[in-house]
Amino acid sequence: MEILVCVKRVPDTSENEIEINSDGNDIERDDLVYSVNEWDNYAVEEAIQIVDKVGGSVTVVTVGDDESEEVLRREMAMGANNGLLLTDDAFEGSDGKGIATILKGAVEKGNYDLIMTGAQADEGAAQVGGMLAAMMDYPYASLVNLIEAGDGKLKVGREIEGGNQEMNEIELPCVLSIQTGINEPRYVGIRGIRKVASVEIPELGAGDLGVDAAAIGEDAAKVKRVDYFMPDMGEGAEMLEGSTEEIIAKLIEYLKAKGGLK
Amino acid sequence: MAEIFAYIKHADGVADDSALELFVAAKKIAADATVTAVVTGSGADMDKICTEMAAVYNAVWKIDNAALAYPNAEVVRKALVNTLPADSIVLLPHDTFGMDLGPGLSIKMDSSFAADIVGIEGTDGGALKVIRQEFSGQVSTHVTCDIAAGAVLNIRPGVFQYDDSKAGGDVADKSGDAGDLSVKRTFLEVVEAEAGDVDITKSEVLVSVGRGIEDEDNVEIVFDLAEAMGADVSCSRPIVDAKWMEKSRQVGTSGQTVKPKVYMAMGISGSFQHMGGIKGNPFIVAVNKNTKAPIFQVADVGIEADILEFIPELQEAIEGL
Ligand SMILES: Cc1cc2nc3c(=O)[nH]c(=O)nc-3n(C[C@H](O)[C@H](O)[C@H](O)COP(=O)(O)OP(=O)(O)OC[C@H]3O[C@@H](n4cnc5c(N)ncnc54)[C@H](O)[C@@H]3O)c2cc1C
Ligand SMILES: Cc1cc2nc3c(=O)[nH]c(=O)nc-3n(C[C@H](O)[C@H](O)[C@H](O)COP(=O)(O)OP(=O)(O)OC[C@H]3O[C@@H](n4cnc5c(N)ncnc54)[C@H](O)[C@@H]3O)c2cc1C
Repeated sequence: MEILVCVKRVPDTSENEIEINSDGNDIERDDLVYSVNEWDNYAVEEAIQIVDKVGGSVTVVTVGDDESEEVLRREMAMGANNGLLLTDDAFEGSDGKGIATILKGAVEKGNYDLIMTGAQADEGAAQVGGMLAAMMDYPYASLVNLIEAGDGKLKVGREIEGGNQEMNEIELPCVLSIQTGINEPRYVGIRGIRKVASVEIPELGAGDLGVDAAAIGEDAAKVKRVDYFMPDMGEGAEMLEGSTEEIIAKLIEYLKAKGGLK
Repeated sequence: MAEIFAYIKHADGVADDSALELFVAAKKIAADATVTAVVTGSGADMDKICTEMAAVYNAVWKIDNAALAYPNAEVVRKALVNTLPADSIVLLPHDTFGMDLGPGLSIKMDSSFAADIVGIEGTDGGALKVIRQEFSGQVSTHVTCDIAAGAVLNIRPGVFQYDDSKAGGDVADKSGDAGDLSVKRTFLEVVEAEAGDVDITKSEVLVSVGRGIEDEDNVEIVFDLAEAMGADVSCSRPIVDAKWMEKSRQVGTSGQTVKPKVYMAMGISGSFQHMGGIKGNPFIVAVNKNTKAPIFQVADVGIEADILEFIPELQEAIEGL
């Protein structure tokens, strides 16, 4: 099975406090530590496991800039066979639809049976996979937490509300968005990254992909971010202050009053 | 202004909470908008849901077809594309169904898509201004969405609480317009979640732990604290994904819905999918080392601390009582 996995480079929220810049039009990006979107690691792991079982290859692709190459290398250190960096000044300011349009260019240049994305990325939109599927006229299933490969089709479980699982049969080629917990992504050490450090990663631009420049980038974006602001805290929590002993004493009073201690 | 349609989610003859929340959201786009509820499905439940929606919405479109008996998003998408006017504004809940349907629907309707909307500030010309959140609610953004050629808008559940407002209208049967509904994804069955050894939905006091616990070896201190308090232990999703606890302890939209008196959120950021599983307005205590964590917006009492240090100290103090 030929599998393409879409990955996004995102600020790592466990390593950073997200701050808004002084103009209020972006977050402070200067000192951010970046990593692969959490969901995408699960997608890559799943792809590797499928190929281990049924054969084929895993290609990882990202739309980004030069720095995005590092996330491709990380996923190749996990075991993805090939990387593809889609980069072009014309891509900048694309909205979700623009990103999906660019990825469609990469899908059409290959011969993939299965395309995977993460269920969502740092912006919580959960949009790219479903858009790409509809553009390709491929069937789509989101929030997938189980895949069983069959002949020309897959059996997939979708996570739905309450921890229940919706089982579906889906024809290949298809697009799946992967939910966390589907597997346990393998650990990647420095050694693994070093091994793939010199592997050539092709870079493709709008021309190479045959993407219509009018359909991507800032001018084509129908959805535009205007500004960033801090969420309204409302009343917010009463912050307990003082020494740890004082804080714990106050907390215990509250717990007693609210029935939190037995 | 384009027509606004709200997709009504329902199961077993009961409309989802989002069904009426979308009416409230639609009226925020334009107070005088004509808002039509779209009810898809099959069989006896349809009329009951349609009648309920007709009491609130300006109109109801009913699409009854055996292929729609289970809401397979691929089938629903075809039904909507075949029935709705080209430049419609379509509202969906941003849940596991809306995520499945919305993005592809916007492509097939050739309209814009905005996801997980938490605020609507109205229109300016052909643009709708909405509020979204990024980085699990750490920052908010104003986003404009070009709605001139229609839009699909996924609305966060629970944000636009139903306020008893009503328009009222008639039910129109659009089943004949549904057209070809053949798709390449077939629904098989729903597998129910397994029960675990504790039932956290019945717990009065929960010590709930999130990714802030950092390592599997640290999970023990949470159980020790809970034991000292006479509480049960629950967790956020990453703890289950890492297989440090069983799924039956997960609080949230894809886990359990709990109704405790007291909820102690330890190293949990407060994502909407997590908070969506906490009902009954408990007293929430949040302990987090980041004062900007969104959990502090919804907690009653907040403590800025490292849980790895704080939890054992609290346990000791409680045991000393
Ligand atoms: C400087 C800047 C300006 C921007 N301007 C705008 C704007 O004007 N309007 C707007 O709507 N958005 C804008 N964006 C957001 C950007 O276009 C998003 O990357 C896009 O919306 C898709 O990401 P998402 O988080 O919504 O993806 P989701 O749909 O939440 O992600 C799901 C999955 O899609 C795949 N995926 C997502 N992005 C990529 C990618 N880049 N490469 C490969 N796979 C990917 C991954 O598998 C991911 O797990 C801007 C971003 C930046 C950094
Ligand atoms: C469709 C869907 C369904 C989902 N369903 C659920 C669900 O049912 N339940 C659920 O929980 N999530 C669910 N999620 C995931 C959700 O979006 C969040 O990713 C998740 O809730 C985050 O868990 P967390 O708060 O533990 O982790 P994080 O968001 O990583 O937060 C960890 C917090 O711990 C703090 N911290 C770190 N170290 C320490 C320390 N030593 N001391 C004190 N504080 C510390 C950090 O400041 C941070 O605020 C779902 C997601 C999707 C897409």
